[in-house]
Order: sequence, then C-alpha cells, then structure tokens
Amino acid sequence: MKRRANGGRVDRSKPINFTFEGKPYQGFQGDTIASALLANGVKLIGRSWKYHRPRGVVGDGAEEPNAIFQVEQGALTIPNVRGTQAQIYHGMIVNSTNAWPNVNFDVMSVFGLFSRFLPAGFYYKTFMWPQKFWMAYEHIIRQASGLGESPKELDPDHYEKTNAHCDVLVVGSGPSGLMAALAAGRSGARVMIADEQEELGGRLLSSRAIINGKPAADWADDVIAELGRIANVTIIPRATVFGYHDANFLTIAERLTDHLAPRERRGARERVWRVRAKQVVLATGAHERPIVFANNDRPGVMLASAASTYTNRYGVKLADKAIVFTNNDSAYQTAIDLKNAGASVVTLVDSRAEAGIPVDDVKAAGVIVVTACAVVNVIGKAAVIAAEIRNISGDGKSISGALQRIDCDLVATSGGWNPAIHLFSQSGGKAVWNDDKACFETGAVVQQQTSVGAANASFALDDCLTEGAAAGSAAAKAAGFDAPDFSVRVPTSDAPGETSLEPLWRVPTDGFPGLGPKAFVDPQNDVGVSDIYLAAREGFESIEHVKRYTALGFGTDQGKMGNISGMAILSEALGNKISDTGTTTFRPNYTPVTFGAIAGPDVGNTLSDPVRKTAMHTWHQENGALFEDVGQWKRPWYFPLERETIHQAVDRECLAVRSSVGIMDASTLGKIEIIGKDAGDFLNIIYTNAWKKLGINCARYGFMLGEDGMVMDDGVTVRLAEDRYFMHTTTGGAATVLSWMELWLQTEWPELEVYLTSVTDHWATAALAGPNSRKVVSAVVEGIDFDKEAFPFMTSREGFIGGVAVRVNRISFSGELCFEVNVNANYGRFVWQQLMLAGEEFNITPYGTEAMHVLRAEKGYVIVGQDTDGSVTPTDLGMSWALSKAKDFLGKRSLARVDTMREDRKQLVGLLTDDPNEVLQEGAQVVNQPSEDTPLPMLGHVTSSYRSACVGRSIALALVKGGHRRMGETVYVTTDDGRFVAAQISPTVFIDPNGEKQHV
Amino acid sequence: MLLIECPYCGTRDESEFSYGGEAHNARPADPDALTDEQWADYIFYRQNPKGLHRELWNHSSGCRRWFNAIRDTVSYKFQCVYKIEDPRPELAEANTTISAGEKS
Repeated sequence: MKRRANGGRVDRSKPINFTFEGKPYQGFQGDTIASALLANGVKLIGRSWKYHRPRGVVGDGAEEPNAIFQVEQGALTIPNVRGTQAQIYHGMIVNSTNAWPNVNFDVMSVFGLFSRFLPAGFYYKTFMWPQKFWMAYEHIIRQASGLGESPKELDPDHYEKTNAHCDVLVVGSGPSGLMAALAAGRSGARVMIADEQEELGGRLLSSRAIINGKPAADWADDVIAELGRIANVTIIPRATVFGYHDANFLTIAERLTDHLAPRERRGARERVWRVRAKQVVLATGAHERPIVFANNDRPGVMLASAASTYTNRYGVKLADKAIVFTNNDSAYQTAIDLKNAGASVVTLVDSRAEAGIPVDDVKAAGVIVVTACAVVNVIGKAAVIAAEIRNISGDGKSISGALQRIDCDLVATSGGWNPAIHLFSQSGGKAVWNDDKACFETGAVVQQQTSVGAANASFALDDCLTEGAAAGSAAAKAAGFDAPDFSVRVPTSDAPGETSLEPLWRVPTDGFPGLGPKAFVDPQNDVGVSDIYLAAREGFESIEHVKRYTALGFGTDQGKMGNISGMAILSEALGNKISDTGTTTFRPNYTPVTFGAIAGPDVGNTLSDPVRKTAMHTWHQENGALFEDVGQWKRPWYFPLERETIHQAVDRECLAVRSSVGIMDASTLGKIEIIGKDAGDFLNIIYTNAWKKLGINCARYGFMLGEDGMVMDDGVTVRLAEDRYFMHTTTGGAATVLSWMELWLQTEWPELEVYLTSVTDHWATAALAGPNSRKVVSAVVEGIDFDKEAFPFMTSREGFIGGVAVRVNRISFSGELCFEVNVNANYGRFVWQQLMLAGEEFNITPYGTEAMHVLRAEKGYVIVGQDTDGSVTPTDLGMSWALSKAKDFLGKRSLARVDTMREDRKQLVGLLTDDPNEVLQEGAQVVNQPSEDTPLPMLGHVTSSYRSACVGRSIALALVKGGHRRMGETVYVTTDDGRFVAAQISPTVFIDPNGEKQHV
Repeated sequence: MLLIECPYCGTRDESEFSYGGEAHNARPADPDALTDEQWADYIFYRQNPKGLHRELWNHSSGCRRWFNAIRDTVSYKFQCVYKIEDPRPELAEANTTISAGEKS
C-alpha cells in the first residue's frame, strides 16, 4: 500500500471495495478513482489511443488526459469518466477505456513501434486513396482507436431540468469563489455557487497554506458552513457549469447519484440547471501545464499540483525518490510536500538560473535543489525508473553538458499555470496573451461578469481571496444590494510571494525539434512536438488548422492540459509571437455532458414531439387501421382486412368510394375562423381568387401564394355569415398559414377589423365520399334537405345527428359526390359511429390517407408540398383559373415577372407509362432520351405516382419543363435499378375529366 | 439564449420568439406600377448590415404580436424594441460590446 498512515481528507474508518480491470482494490471514503488506484500502487491505468503507450494519472481535475475510465457495465455503463473527479463507491466496477485485452498486455501496442508511420494527419494521408478501401481501413482503425464505449442498452435512469434566476452566480469554490459567494451572500443577494468537484473548496483542500491561523481546508469548511446557513445562498455541489451563453444564461450539469452505489441511487441521475444570472463571478481557477520532454507520458510523470493533491488531500505516498521539475515557484511546495510525506530523496530541478524565493524552505525540508537544469528524458516503460538531466541555457533554447541519470519513481513537472478562461471565452470574450505571466488571460468583458483569482491570472492565494471578496461585493451591488455591513474582511494567509517564471514549453533537443523519443504535448490524442513541427513544415499556419490536422486539443479533455503548450510550440515552429498565433475557440461544453442530462425528461415518442390524435382515433385503432405520421398527427393510412396487402386494401378502399361510399377522417385539416367586418377584404388579398361576392353558406377553393408568387397553401373556405369565414388549410400548413395571416394583419393592414382563431382541434370531420354518400347522410342527418337542388355542390348546411349539431359541407377531394360532416370534437366518435351504422347497407368503407392520395391523383388534384415545392406557381400547375385578374392579391405581381412567365418552366402534367403495370418512383428524374452520357439534362421529376385500380393502370403526376405544350410526347423516367422507363405526357385528370360525378 | 423584451409582455427568453427578417419593408401600394427590378427589390433584396439592424420579431409562443427591434448583428445586443405603429427610433452608435465590467 502507498497510503500514508495519516493526513488528508479521506476517511480511513470507511474502507470501500471496488474493482479495476477485474481486480479488487480498496480505497477510502473520499477517494477518487485516481487517488484510490495510486494509493494501491497502480500506476499504469490505460493506453494511449493511437500508439497504445502505457499511461498513468497526470492531473487531479478536469484537465486529466489519461485517467479516463469506463465505469459500470451494461445499461448503467458510463464511458470516459475522469478518474480524477469521480468518487469511488462500494462495488464500483472500473475499467480502462482503451486497452485490449488489458492494460498490462495490450496487443495494439504494436502501433507504438510504427509511430514513425502514423504522423500528424495520417488519416488524410494514408487512407484517402484508393477511396473505396476506406471502408475496410475504417473498420480496423475504429476498433484500434477511440476511447470509451457507449452503453448499448436503454438508459434506465431519468434526468431533470430546472430553471433558476439569481443575482450572483459564482462558478467555482476555491479561495476566490468562496470569498465571492460569502461577500455576495451576506449582502442578501440571491447567490448560487456551483463546483464540479465532489467537495467544495477547490485547491484549498490540498493546500498547506494557513488562513486566519487555520489550515486552508479548515478555513474553507468554516466558510462553506456559513454559506450553508445563509438562506439566500444556494450551493450546487458536483455541478459543472458547462455552458455560458448570451445574456448571462448559463447551463449547469449537477450529478446527483453517480457517486453512489447503483442500489443506493434514488431519484434523478442528473439535473441540468438553466440559470439566468444578473451577475456572474468566474472563479474557475487555473490548470497547471507540464513541461514537455522526451517520454514525458510515462506513468509516473505527473503535474506538480496533482502530486501535491494526492499527497496532501488523499494521503497517498506517491514516491520514494522524486524529481520535481519546474520553471516557477509554485512547484517548490510540491517538493516540500513529497519530502514531508516520506520520500527518501527529492530533487528539485529548476530550469531557471536562479532558484525561487522559497529555496531556503525547500532546502530546510531536505530537498536537493539544482538550477539551470532540465529533465531531458525519462527511463522506464510501464513506470518511471529514472530521469536524465542536462544543463539548460538561460533563454531555454539549448541544452548542454553531460547527461546525468537520477533514479526516481516520480517526475512532477510544472511549466506554469493556464487560467481556466473557458467560460469567459464562451461568453464572447477574447483571450489575450500576458507576456509577464506567460499565459492567456481574459480580455475585454462582454457580459455582466467578472473573472477572479487564478482564472484572472492572479495566482497568489492572497490575491485570490481579495479579488474574490471584492468581486462578490461588486456583483451584489450591481444587482441592487447594498446592505450596511456589506464588506467582508478578507482573511490573511501566510502564502509567500513569488519570483516570476521563465517560460519553458518544451525542453530543447540536440538537433531538429522533435527528434529522438516522442515528447507529448497532448497525451490523450498522442500529439507530440514532432507532429506540430511537421504541421508547420507542411504549411499549416493557423492554430485552428493545426488543431484539426494534428488532433491537438480534441478528445474528452479538449486539450485543457496541452493546448496552450501546443500553441506556444507552434509559435516557436513558425517563428511567431504567441499572441499572434492565438488560441483555438473555447466552445461549450466545458467537460462532456451526458445526452441524458441534455434531453432531460423530454425522451420517448410522446415527450420529444407531441402526438396529435383525432377524436375518432380509438375507433380507427379498434378497426385495424395502420397509421401514418402527418406532421404531429396520427392519420389512418389504410384499414387492411385479414391477410390483405397494402395494395389490396387501397384498391378495395378506392373502388368502394368510386362505386358506393367511403368514409375518411378529415379532422386533421387545419381550420381557422376568420371573423370581422373586414374579413372578406382580407381574404381577397390573402387568396388568389375573389371572395367578397361569395354567398353565405357557400364554399370556394382558394390558393394562397407567397409574395414571390409561389404556391404556399390551398384549401376550401366556407362563408358562415356576413362577417364570418371558416378556412381549411392543409394538415401540415395550419400553423404557418395562421402566422402568415397574423403577420399581414399586424404589420401591413392593422386597420382591418379581422380576428383569427385556430379551431383545428375543436372540430372533428368525417368525409363521406361516393355515389351512395347522399343516401347515408340523408338517413342519419336531421334538419337538412339533401336534395341535389336544395343542397348544391360547394355549399354548406347545418343539421343534427342524434341531437348533436353538425355542419355539413358539400365539397370534394375525390371527385365523387361528397359530404364532409363537421361536429364538436367531443362528439366526433359518436357521429362517426352513427354514420357507419347508417352506411352499413351500402357497405360503407373506411379509407385512409393512401386511398385519399390515389383518389385525388386520379382527379389531378394537387397536394401542396408534394406536387409543389416552393418554386411552383398556380400557372405551372395549370390552375390559372384560380387567379383573379380584377383585384390585387399577395404574390400577384410576381406572376407577371419575366421569370414566372417563361413557357419552359416546370409544369405539372400527367405521365402514363408505356407499360401500364410499371409504377414510377416518386422523385424519379424525367429526361428526354435514355443515355449513358452524363450529365443528362433533367426535365423535372415525378411528384406523385400510384397504381390506380379505378383507372386500371399506373398513373403519375410530374413537374416537367414546358410540359403543358408537350401533351402526347414520350419522355423517359429513371428507376433506382438503372433503367429508363418510357412514359407519355398526359393531362393530369385521369377520371371523369368533366367533373360530372361530384355534381350529381 | 438572448433575453428579448416584448413591448406587450415584458422581457422573455429568446425561445418564445421567432424572427421575421428586416423591418419596414412596406408592401408597395401599386405593385403593377413597378418594374420587375423594383418588385424584386421588395421581395428578394435585404440590407443585411453588419451592425445595427431594424428587424421584425414575433412573440410567437406568447402574445403572438409582431413588433420591431433594433439589434446589433455583431453583438446580438438589442438597442430597443418598438411597436409596429410607433415612430422609428434613431439608430444609436453601433456598440458591439457591453461596457459594464470592462477590463482596464
């Protein structure tokens, strides 16, 4: 065991058993997966994705590139869990994400031997040719690379979303975040503080500093306890603020149960907070960056801050012989921490010529200090066994002198700190380079927000505390809070001052940069110094391009540890200043968020999109209907009898309508009531035809065009009274048409007195079509004279069925005698059943949308959106009869444009195949002549195509260039099996061309 | 997600609104009197400025009223909203950032 007898925040009285790669291990309450494995002496925890090199824990937080695990199995499995942040629980099953068959014996590590042949951009270079081999390559590459596996079973968990508003949102609960929350919280402002770790406190939990005479972690406990007592402060633990959007809208993923054993989990697994904050304080801290040298990815090479965290917070004895390699003062404390934790030899290797300020403390602790030196290489494969040291010049550009080998089992490195400016950048801010501190920091602020502490490149503890308190006060004040005891006394700490760091991104090599063993910049993506230099040599200059060429900063860690170093090394390779190279864009999400959390409760068929059912839906179900989705509606598609195919059913339904009577549920058509003294004038401009002279209880078909003259919607409107019209729209177009009419009424003609009401759901509609339909309605409807003269085509009457008021419209979409019965939707099923009873003696046949489509195509009636596509005018459809010449209407002027008057426009025609059994495919292209030559001039395409039992052959509608003048000519239509089918251009009406049947 | 002020309901989330393109594109009084080019200018051509833009918005999941807004197309910031019948406010200087909390 590598656990020290005491120290740290783990609870040694609560052992926790878990497995890693099938082997049992024990940790303590408070351990993360990473700390527990390190405490068990497990250094090799995974393999890299490209070369399959052995890898160990590097960091202690969100920046971790290697300790990425697959947790649990089956439906509960979670891929790519950061072991540095996930707490262990009883029975936890942990596996490495990228090793087969296991981490210690990885068959894929053979890739490492070929690393020379897998350079940057290797996908593009190797596998682009010949293109058809890509499918074969891809299979092998996908298996060999990549990280965790997605669960393949249905997610058994559920997820929540919640909306919140607050005055001050504090992100991060390190020293600056705690002070900000305290200052704002004491003022009475509504404060929310979120932190991604298992415990609040940030780096204070692993710090040895003293604040107000107390160890930093104890001081943090006091502050957290006070925050918990303030009613207006909401603490959200285990919560990652993953997105910073416009107008201070932030999204937070709170993990509610992942830290518990599966059987102890209750309630939602995660909750996404959608927070609108008046003010935001970003106290997101900083990520330490490594110094890059040869073989710096070996297990045992770690960030200095992480070494301190595992030593101080988790009580792990990391090393017996340690090297701390740094270019700044912050790692000096790590050397002391390691020595105090029982390392026999700790060597501090400082690349600077002069040692830092704490040099005397370090020496007093028994640490050996060497300056002007650098670690140039690490020996050992599955674990570090030694490091090689050489002299480094003052400017960090060259190494010299003899190689000195130092045995060690840990190399802790610090190349300085990168402020975590991810959320700041997401808020719209630009990162700017700070030459003095050698880091990117926040530039001009674009939202109501402040960055404080290490996120503001103020790394000293005193500065963090002071800035946090000041920002918390200022944010509360800006949100309108100004209590008298407003100020919070800033606690003093004993943290020492610092000498400045000397930037050192990579240790120079003899000869060309990147020569020799691989030196890794981004371990998760296996991007090394040589890859970045290669990209620069091959002409890549933009960091955004280099990122995509090398994969720098991809992956689950998004380059939190390596990105800035990579940018600096690219600048060096290009001979640029870092400020000119800049950073890549920081995008949400800060760390990966589960799809479950994003979806929340909006999953499944009913919640992701509402399902609309008609009042007769249950009857359709009981009578064997198959359904089709039309927008959100479920519409009966066809009603098969036993063992009937779709073709047999549709043929039967169509023939029933043409020979006796059919009944269809037409409730889904959009219905809008248009009321007011100017309703007629309004319809006159909205529709292409004239409306003011339409008699009461009369109906008229109308086209609605966009101002560009293209068909937008169509339908029949009935005038119910002098100032009252009832408009039908297409099923899918109802909402669009309503918005369209509202737009014109409100913006162009607000003086018109017109009121629009959507009544689609209020009415149920049954359409009875066929020569016997009059007999059926006559038998069951009271109060209407159905005589041909008394109730002519295109009129409307009111009556009763079984005492229920109905409105019957004599309109037709099948060309047959037809009566559409409308009733309050609550009586929809009752009225439908009465009609079915009355129709029994005529063998009344329910029919669905498929038969409806065939029936209307036989008559050449268009369906907007199927036979039109937003580029078709009424003239193109051969329906200029619907265009009024006497008045203006929306889109009218466009019909007189040169382009819309062209005679070679695509026009709607019928197509009759030479072979009457050949049913064309909808969408198939129409051409003049079959030919192998490409490109073949396209004349248009088939819009509707059916087998018609009533016509006794196949029929089709198509949009064909200049088609109206080509009647009788032969064209050819493509098929998906590569044939050309001959077809003759015909009129669009295939049955009853004079329209006599609907007038009987 | 932007916060948008509906002149009738107050400030609401962007998700309650839909966008209607450039405002004040009045329908010509006598379309037949226009050349093809003049008519095309009305139906197809828009300003698409970088900076302040007068545009139409609809509180589609709220009161369903259309209104005008002046918005900066670079920063997305709304300068103001005004009702259809209101006089047009002047365009302020294009201001692509919010000054509060500006870093020195």
